[in-house]
Amino acid sequence: MATALMTTPTQRPADSPARDWVKRLRAVGPEGEAAVAELHALLLKAARFEIGRRGAELRHLRGGDADDLAHQAADDALVAVLGKLDDFRGESRFTTWAYKFALLEAAVKVRRRAWQGREVPLEDEAWRRLADAGAGAGRRAEEAELFAALREEIERSLGPRQREVLVAVALNDVPIDVLAERLGSTRGALYKNLHDARRKLRRALAARGFEVGGGEEER
Amino acid sequence: MKRDEILSRALGPAAPELTCEQCFEELDRYVELVVSGERADERVPGMHAHLDGCPACAEDFRSLRDLVARQED
Repeated sequence: MATALMTTPTQRPADSPARDWVKRLRAVGPEGEAAVAELHALLLKAARFEIGRRGAELRHLRGGDADDLAHQAADDALVAVLGKLDDFRGESRFTTWAYKFALLEAAVKVRRRAWQGREVPLEDEAWRRLADAGAGAGRRAEEAELFAALREEIERSLGPRQREVLVAVALNDVPIDVLAERLGSTRGALYKNLHDARRKLRRALAARGFEVGGGEEER
Repeated sequence: MKRDEILSRALGPAAPELTCEQCFEELDRYVELVVSGERADERVPGMHAHLDGCPACAEDFRSLRDLVARQED
């Protein structure tokens, strides 16, 4: 699907210099409208590319639903790009800068759609994984101790939100955007929780004599 | 999930890393450096570590890289 949607190098519209894009998008009247339409087409192409490569996550969706999702992503990305034109620094091509908004919108929509109606796994699932990893360490007692200590420190050293995010995102494979939606938060805020949790764990494990490294780094 | 993967996920990157917001801000520049074979990790410090630690941003990076690479072909 994605391949068919991509234009070949000879067919693709020229990637106008960035300043021309910004100028045309700000123009009033037909020139501005044409530029917005051209941008929307590029964003839709990027959204379809992203949704196409995530086909496995959307296998229960009909083709039309997947394309609706692409249009929603392109529409939202268009609003984001037009709202952030002042932030474009010209350090990449304008199209590369704009594509990232469409890819983000599409990826978030796919992740959320794929998790619609699914419960976030409980901590028990994470503890089972840690126990399996500890048991898989075999005769190396120190490694089994490390996994046991990791679980203890997750329960003891982390605050409730840090533990919730670490267990869900790092151990139970819950997409961070899905968790953010359910907690009424953002990817950035939850990743900060995750980062702080990881740093605490490194420090706690280092204090117990495990060589995990990097416990003192600052962000 | 293997031992090293669990530890990597639980403890994250040891090196200093960008935030998700900084990652998104720099992503287009970083991707173009990667696609053109320039020293992207030197030019955008902290990005590589963040992509190691944040699965969602890492997916966004791979998508943009592959899309831009197709345009370059």
